[in-house]
Amino acid sequence: MDPFFFRVVWALARRSLRGTLRRPQFIAPLVLFPSMFLAVNVGGLTRTTALPGFPKVSGFLDFQLAGAMTQSLLIGGVATGIATALEIEGGFFDRLVASPIPRVALVFGRLLATSVVAAGQITYFLVLGFVFGASVQGGVGGVLVVYLIGVVAGVGFGAIGQAIALRAKNASTVQGIFPLVLVVLFASSAFFPRKLLSSPVDTVARANPLSYIADGMRTPIIQGVGATSVTEGIVAAVLVVGGACGIALLALRGRLREA
Amino acid sequence: MSRSVTVIGALVRRALNEISRVPGAAIPGVLAPTIFMLGLSSVFGKASGLGGYHADFRTFIVPVGLLQGAGFTGAATGVNLARDIEGGWFDRLLLCPAPRATLLAGVVASAALRALMPGTFLLVVAFALGVPVPTVTGLLIAALLVMGLACVMACFSITIALRFRTQQAAPLMQIASFIGVLFTTSYAPKPLLTDWLRTASDINPVTHVLEGVRQGFIGGVEWQHTWPAFVALAGMIAVLGTLAARGLRRYGY
Repeated sequence: MDPFFFRVVWALARRSLRGTLRRPQFIAPLVLFPSMFLAVNVGGLTRTTALPGFPKVSGFLDFQLAGAMTQSLLIGGVATGIATALEIEGGFFDRLVASPIPRVALVFGRLLATSVVAAGQITYFLVLGFVFGASVQGGVGGVLVVYLIGVVAGVGFGAIGQAIALRAKNASTVQGIFPLVLVVLFASSAFFPRKLLSSPVDTVARANPLSYIADGMRTPIIQGVGATSVTEGIVAAVLVVGGACGIALLALRGRLREA
Repeated sequence: MSRSVTVIGALVRRALNEISRVPGAAIPGVLAPTIFMLGLSSVFGKASGLGGYHADFRTFIVPVGLLQGAGFTGAATGVNLARDIEGGWFDRLLLCPAPRATLLAGVVASAALRALMPGTFLLVVAFALGVPVPTVTGLLIAALLVMGLACVMACFSITIALRFRTQQAAPLMQIASFIGVLFTTSYAPKPLLTDWLRTASDINPVTHVLEGVRQGFIGGVEWQHTWPAFVALAGMIAVLGTLAARGLRRYGY
């Protein structure tokens, strides 16, 4: 790979990160809404750990942390899409296209920034969990697995957001996919054990990669590293990131052709 | 008086026109409470096995969806006002020879009417899925409380919009609606809540509104659940309406 490509990706990533940090109104929803949801879920449904079929956990907060992380990463994907769409609307994207840089760097620069934000999101929820009494049964190795799956999945969700933005070309359309994000999230085992989901969501959850991503992050927290679900989580995250990057690059090609 | 009614009517019509002219902007607000209701009941449905719910989880959660719809509508009213401020339309509106209280009433009334849209959609879906249909009195009380809560949230988000004068304050408006509705007995009856949430729901006046809406769906309508809901609503409207009116009075000076 050309070192120039990496320099461009790095420069675009830094610019994206600066833009994100300058606009707290974009960062706030990434953590505020999942935190509120986490608080209500834990406060309202903590007794559900006594239901037959619920896995053995130290507390409902431990179980819910992975769900909150998944929700936050999905919202992060929407935020990445909105940021890309705003660059298209504002004309900055066209100026980048006109500059002598590798085109795919436009996608990967933003995704590198998304990976940093995703790591920040994971850190936030782990700290929040520790403050309120949660623990990671998998220890340091478990924490690393949570970061690995979370960051890879976060980049995947960001790539999906980018693909939508490159096709739609406006921020309000990207924002409009938010209800869909909720649908995908609820149709997974992100918030409750798969065995206890109602029909037909239990069936859908089995085919939903989000279930495997959430369970992959959850297992090191509630049980420890080494279980099958960790491998499944990593595979699901890698498949999501691979497929999503492919779709984003195709969308970029379409957009460049139109330009 | 009749002139004020005309102005209020015009502002309500303008708000309703937005729905038909920009349906894409209204759809997420209409769909979200129903998605929440379906999602929560599918995911946490087995929670009703813990006892104390007196109904299946979906029926228990339907009133929460109705209030969420009201909350989203109220927040959207503030966001729309912020957009009008940013675009300069609100400054032109202030030039019209109508009392500012009338303008506030028009904007708030539009929220009350718009809140019926997500509520109706949610009820149609819920009834189709087997949620028992309440009595006419129960439905009527629910509709009034939903409209009232939309007014409360509209007053709050109008205050925020007048203070910050930018759509970027939207998360602040939405988060208040989220906290107001969910930090109650939304997910479980009071005895099943953790201590901190039980305390929060005791303090939160929206709990009374939620219980007022819920009584029509679980059990039956009783005076003991009805009057606290309307008193709580009146109190919230008085406080937040005063703040919104104060913000509007100070705007531009």
